[in-house]
Amino acid sequence: MQDQLKNILQEAKEQLLKASSIAETEEIRVKLLGKKGSLTEILRSMGSLKPEERKEFGKAANSVRAEIEGMLENKFKSLKELQKKERFAAEKIDVTEPGAKISLGVKHPISITIDEISRVFMSMGFSIAEGPEVETVFNNFDALNVGPNHPSRDFTDTFYISESILLRTQTSPVQVRTLVAQEPPIKIISPGRCFRSDTADATHSPMFHQVEGLNVDEGITMADLKGTLDSFAKQLFGSKVKTKFRPHFFPFTEPSAEMDVSCFKCGGTGCKVCKGGGWIEILGCGMVHPNVLKVGNIDTEKYTGFAFGMGVERIAMLKYEVDDIRLFYENDMRFIEQFK
Amino acid sequence: MLVPIEWLNEYTQINTDIDIFCEKMIMSGSNIESVKRLGEDIENVVVGQIVDIEKHPNADKLLVTQIDIGEDALIQVVTGADNIFEGAYVPVVLHGGKLPGNKVIKKGRLRGVESNGMLCSVEELGFEDKVAPVALKNGIWILDKEYPLGMDIVEAIGLKSTVVDFEITPNRPDCLSMIGMAREAAATMESKLEYPDTTCLKEEGNAKDYIDIEILKPELCNRYVGRIVTNVKIEQSPWWLQKRLMYAGMRPINNIVDITNYVMLEYGQPIHAFDIRDIEDNKIIVDTAEDGEVFTTLDGTDRKLNSNMLLIKDGKRGVAIAGVMGGLNSEIKDDTTTILVESANFNGDSIRSTSKNLGLRTEASSRFEKGIDPNLCLYAADRVCRLIELLGAGTVIKGAVDVYPVKQEAHSTTVRVDRINAVLGINLTGEEIKKYFERLEMNVSLEGNIIKVTPPTIRQDLREEVDFIEEIARMYGYDNLPVTIPKGNTEAGKSRERTLKDLARDIMIAMGANEIQTYSFVSPKGVDNVGISNDSQEIDFVRILNPLGEEYSVMRTILLPNMLEVLGRNYSRNNNKVKAFEIGNTFHNNKGDKESLPDERESLVIGCYGEGENFFTLKGMLEELFVNLGIYNTEYKPESNYGAYHPGRCARIMLKDTELGIIGEIHPDIADKYGIETRCYCCELAFDKVMNHAVTERFYKPLPKYPAITRDIALLVDEEVYVSEMEKTIWESASNLLESVELFDIYRGKQVPQGKKSVAYTLTYRASDRTLIEEEVVKVHQKVLDALKEKLGAVLRDV
Repeated sequence: MQDQLKNILQEAKEQLLKASSIAETEEIRVKLLGKKGSLTEILRSMGSLKPEERKEFGKAANSVRAEIEGMLENKFKSLKELQKKERFAAEKIDVTEPGAKISLGVKHPISITIDEISRVFMSMGFSIAEGPEVETVFNNFDALNVGPNHPSRDFTDTFYISESILLRTQTSPVQVRTLVAQEPPIKIISPGRCFRSDTADATHSPMFHQVEGLNVDEGITMADLKGTLDSFAKQLFGSKVKTKFRPHFFPFTEPSAEMDVSCFKCGGTGCKVCKGGGWIEILGCGMVHPNVLKVGNIDTEKYTGFAFGMGVERIAMLKYEVDDIRLFYENDMRFIEQFK
Repeated sequence: MLVPIEWLNEYTQINTDIDIFCEKMIMSGSNIESVKRLGEDIENVVVGQIVDIEKHPNADKLLVTQIDIGEDALIQVVTGADNIFEGAYVPVVLHGGKLPGNKVIKKGRLRGVESNGMLCSVEELGFEDKVAPVALKNGIWILDKEYPLGMDIVEAIGLKSTVVDFEITPNRPDCLSMIGMAREAAATMESKLEYPDTTCLKEEGNAKDYIDIEILKPELCNRYVGRIVTNVKIEQSPWWLQKRLMYAGMRPINNIVDITNYVMLEYGQPIHAFDIRDIEDNKIIVDTAEDGEVFTTLDGTDRKLNSNMLLIKDGKRGVAIAGVMGGLNSEIKDDTTTILVESANFNGDSIRSTSKNLGLRTEASSRFEKGIDPNLCLYAADRVCRLIELLGAGTVIKGAVDVYPVKQEAHSTTVRVDRINAVLGINLTGEEIKKYFERLEMNVSLEGNIIKVTPPTIRQDLREEVDFIEEIARMYGYDNLPVTIPKGNTEAGKSRERTLKDLARDIMIAMGANEIQTYSFVSPKGVDNVGISNDSQEIDFVRILNPLGEEYSVMRTILLPNMLEVLGRNYSRNNNKVKAFEIGNTFHNNKGDKESLPDERESLVIGCYGEGENFFTLKGMLEELFVNLGIYNTEYKPESNYGAYHPGRCARIMLKDTELGIIGEIHPDIADKYGIETRCYCCELAFDKVMNHAVTERFYKPLPKYPAITRDIALLVDEEVYVSEMEKTIWESASNLLESVELFDIYRGKQVPQGKKSVAYTLTYRASDRTLIEEEVVKVHQKVLDALKEKLGAVLRDV
């Protein structure tokens, strides 16, 4: 019987060596270790042995069984490895092929610019206020201390719906609405559409966007205006830009100023964007004229405030170097998708 | 406002580098449009004298000249100009010489005759056409007198000049003059200001013997000064005067006209001169015109006047439209010998409305409109006389006829030191503030915190305390103000509407749609184009009274036409796949009340075309949008009568009884109108209504603890049955064990009879408190199947 065991082991070795597939190996396993397998049968026939012989033979048979099981396991393992290898070889892909197209949409560049400006001012505690595009003459002009003969009121400058209703020429009417509706402290920005009677060309658009701001509180000074807008400019255009406040005139503020920033493209040495001057005009601002505060019944002795306003298209054109304002309203996808 | 520095120097010395001067002026409030340095790009152009002129042998229109430039040999130059004469002094460009605009002149042959240079016109030496002296228009520049031959022309006639173009804000009409700018320059540079000489050395007679002046409308005419000059000789002005006018942007005409223009530029006071021969009865009457009166202005145009317009009359008739333009009947002529110099102050609003009504805007009218100090009238009239005397252009008659009913007095304002400091965030003393005011020629008295300040009457813009605060700010220097951050602490916020709009925008972008922005004003035809012009709500436009054109004449009532225009434009530009959206306002008349503001409603439009797009991809976006806005249970009601859309592929979007919008495939005829030759899909939501129903709060629901049992069913049903009805039936017939119903397939074709479709669902059953047993589900599921069969004739198919 010992010889039988030897033969089985020898046979198993030979067969496993020849086996080249998992199925063949499995067949060998069944032939040896299955219910009717040769080793199983030998073990079953052990009953006919004497107890001392049984013990010794059982030991030998179990060791052969363990050896065969070990061989089988190794065989299966190496065959599986081989199989995986083949699969990987067959499944090789060209990883340099392009990825499957996934496409987010893109915000309109005007919206992107408004969002950026808004984010900066919101970080400084300004809330967003909005108002209608069609406004009263009172809110758009009278309440803002614009004289009855101011040329901006002309039919050639402003679109009218009736004698007392117009398309707002600025978002300042939102300031008026807020001053009337709210007690100080007031700290708002108002982004939105505005309209002026300009025929569209590369630098003019009858519809455009503004962001205006207003801060009314006790103890607001012109130094606060400078600090707020200087911080805004640095956050929007980069910490290196410098600001310059030049005296100017607006009916609704006094003192009034225009703010220039040092050119954020060339750093102030002069380039195409700043037209060689090193400075770029960005916004108008000033201390709110007492006549405007009075419209909101605000105590002008107790409260002071500053206001500012900027053209969104202008800022977008400067930032993105867009040379024709009409592109914003043509909505060619090849233009809009550049702002991803 | 063009200011030649050389002219400015007459009143205050600008002794500093021009760039520094400009920067300081900008920072003190006189913004600068441009700085022109003239005469710098002229090279090798010299003074020459024409000694001989011959006809060109081969060309009728050309002349051959011999020019003496102070050298041994004469220079031969061929020219086409016909205003030259022998003996004339002219500018000559020599071979290799340079003219403005980088023009290089070389010698050559003109129709066979040698030409060794070029004679120049005023324009060729760098002046604009519109300022070229009348006498020299379209001709060679004949110099006014003898200059050393061969001398560099730039040096000889002083062509090198710096002209600063100041931007004058509407509150500072006083700066529209050389003296006004000199006043600003003196205050800025802390230099001395000197006023021009207005006294004549020799005067004769008495003006009162020549003219009588009466103001009948004192509310429209504050002052009228008349002076008389006799023995007038009309001729060319000297070059120095012409040059100043040209640099300041005015065309020299003749000595008298030039002097009136010169004084207007100097003081900002318009001056008019009449030929006194034409003034009937030696009388000037300031009155209004008759309604319908026709008057011929000196440009030869007949103007129809009305009774609101100020008219300067003599004893019999109108002679000038006050402050706008003189009359043809009394203008200065070549043989004029005695003139009346008018220096008057008219009401700005009156002049503005006259000028507007006549459609006639002149240098004078635009100045009167902005407001002029009436105290200037006499100085300006005297200055005219002084210059006439200086130029030897006439004999000045003694005295002025000055009618000045109510003298404009200087006006005092009280200003507080602490208020100035509080507004500007600085800490100046009363004394320091006083000094700043004094730099601006103001009278100041200081008492503790109170400053009484009296500006010159020329500064009509200074009325209230805040006006003076601005004066201190700009004199102190905006750049010297500290930089601080407001102390108040406020929370930033945005409205629910703004938050939802921003959210919707982000959702649309995440789903791959690009945002567009289109005009709020549109053509009324847009509504026709999308086939809904019979919809009364959409054609009740808010109309613009003065639109840029019909195509921008009404406020939009829907966004769809704008979207289709954009889709069409992109299609025509071969952008083969587009998915776009816009969130914007629509405008609707407020019923009954034309004087109240229109309703503005937020709208959201989505449009798409291209490979892979269909009704259901668009609907899918919409469903995802609604879910993200917390809106559930929207229903799609088929709509076959909305003109913009395909009658079989359009639905109204309903939330219970509220219509949120409409979705569909664009009707092929409509797409055709916009040049879109492919299927395109659009949807427009009443976004204000969507916002009303949006829910932004989110609450957690526990995850299921017990397993679910699912059943896949395929149902054979008539084509006409809407799947929404099937789902509704399933939900209504199931118990609360039904957790979800998901449609996973609709099949038509083999094994499905004509007119039927097979609709397959996965039904998921689950109890929240226990593991379901098969028997429970069988019962509920059978009820569902029975209801489907009974109500919709839907039969379970063997799969």
